[in-house]
Amino acid sequence: MHDDDLLVHSVELDGRLAIEGPMAAPAGAVTVLLGPNGAGKSTLLRALAGIEPARLAASLGGSELATLSSAERREALYYLPQLGGSQAALSVHEAVLLSYKTLHPGRVRRQDLAHVEAALDSMGLMALAGRRLASLSGGQYQRVAIAQAVVRRPRVLMLDEPTSALDLHQQLRVLEWVRAEADRGRSVLLALHDLNLAARFADHCWLLKEGRCQAAGPATACLTADHLEPLFNVRLSVDRGPDASLRIQALGL
Amino acid sequence: MSLDPAITTPRLVAADGFRRREVRHRAWLLGGAGMLLAAFLADLLLGPGGHSPGQVLEALLTPEQASPLVRITVWQLRLPTALLAVLAGAGLAVAGAQMQTVLDNPLADPFTLGLASAASFGAALAVVAGISLLPLAGHLAAAGNAFVFSLVAAGMIHSLSRLRGVGLDTLVLLGIATMFTFNALLGLLQYLASPDALQQLVFWSLGSLSRPSGLKLGLIAAVLAGTLLLSHRLGWQLGALRLGSIQAQAMGVPVARLRLGMLAAMALLTAVVVAAVGTIGFVGLVAPHMARLLVGEQQRHFLPLSALCGATLMCVADLFSKLVVPGLVLPIGIITALAGLPAFFLLILRRRPS
Repeated sequence: MHDDDLLVHSVELDGRLAIEGPMAAPAGAVTVLLGPNGAGKSTLLRALAGIEPARLAASLGGSELATLSSAERREALYYLPQLGGSQAALSVHEAVLLSYKTLHPGRVRRQDLAHVEAALDSMGLMALAGRRLASLSGGQYQRVAIAQAVVRRPRVLMLDEPTSALDLHQQLRVLEWVRAEADRGRSVLLALHDLNLAARFADHCWLLKEGRCQAAGPATACLTADHLEPLFNVRLSVDRGPDASLRIQALGL
Repeated sequence: MSLDPAITTPRLVAADGFRRREVRHRAWLLGGAGMLLAAFLADLLLGPGGHSPGQVLEALLTPEQASPLVRITVWQLRLPTALLAVLAGAGLAVAGAQMQTVLDNPLADPFTLGLASAASFGAALAVVAGISLLPLAGHLAAAGNAFVFSLVAAGMIHSLSRLRGVGLDTLVLLGIATMFTFNALLGLLQYLASPDALQQLVFWSLGSLSRPSGLKLGLIAAVLAGTLLLSHRLGWQLGALRLGSIQAQAMGVPVARLRLGMLAAMALLTAVVVAAVGTIGFVGLVAPHMARLLVGEQQRHFLPLSALCGATLMCVADLFSKLVVPGLVLPIGIITALAGLPAFFLLILRRRPS
């Protein structure tokens, strides 16, 4: 087992979640949470982050999440909520610095700035560093939010529908950035709606419905018509495209 | 910085940009301090009594050589009043800035959300009717009552702001309703009060810097220092609140506790200011907006500059209250309301439905 694998055995939250695992989100891989609206994807991510008070049996790199202090936990896991933009009078640089300093409070030191700049750089935000948050486009703001996550160097990065408000180009761009973060050795959890994006970026999948886990495992095993049709209650065609990539199409109800 | 080839040009640009903004923000802080000093001096030097600025300056620098009349005017009247203006202005601005931050509402301040009216009624209750809710006497009883009432108003605002479907505008309407309620209660006191007490009630409802005392100054200074220190310690968390409460929570900020704690602290700050000067509106609303325009919302620059702007505004308003009608000192609350209301309208009109 890898140092930073996240392993979820069970999550229970009065009536909203009743998840029986095991579900694994290996380090260095992108794990995609799929499920219809109200399946409990966001709630599960929040429960893992410690924002929802759930009963949790899950381990990170072998140590139980529940035994971590709240400070350790918020350093190890970061949850990025679905975003609506911000009207705050803060620059991109200030917003990323803010995220870092909530984890390491105190005076701003030289190495803090180096961390911030590395995060800005990795999200391609250097040119926007001085811009106000309110002036950014949806895709740019999403990237700032990911930079805010990256600067904290969490072992587990959880993103809730990071592509929901973006155009096609920005969707792919954001997910490429996310992929790169997984390649650096983090485990990345993504809640997604779009099945084709999931097919393209997922290494592993967790399929959720009505607060329960329907299936969990490698993407190739989960992204089949047998699993997905009952999950979304639609008829689907799942086949391979000319480049051997998975193509999923809705055929009807 | 060394010319390390590994450091790419955009990285240099971002670092430079940050440093430039940092320098600019500090320059604004210095500028704000300069403005405050100028306004403070003008407030000291000018005023009724027919003393020339030269005489006042002489009394300030070499009191023993000045004529007794000028000396008394300067040391017992103008200096304490000007100091009260500075402290009250800074206090209201800090309270307004932090209420805007924790409630995520650009229209929030102690006046618009009704805290000041509640505090004002509490203080009047102690001074006019002699009813003290806490076992305190004199000015402390007024401040104590003011705190109890502003805390109740803040608690109401807090619990309502947590309800679903209560928008930012609704909150301000509720604040205005609170204001009406306590103004009506103040009116009731007025109706029941003796003619002697009536004069004092005018003081509470219109605001006045006319009764400074060492205790009032010390009390505001202590609470202001305490809240500034607290805000400084929690600066990053408060800043994170501006990104939205869920994101702040994800960053590990205890959002609910922080909100409640800050609102209580701001209720205390409002109470000690209002107990000393009555209801003075709009300084707490306008000053943070000035600071935000100049340096943004990064707490470590935003809050000090808000305080400086508030103190400056109050000194200028005091100056106006002395100079507009020769020979008559107008209640300062009238001046700040007349000057601040257009800004309030502008803020309402600028808010677009999101």
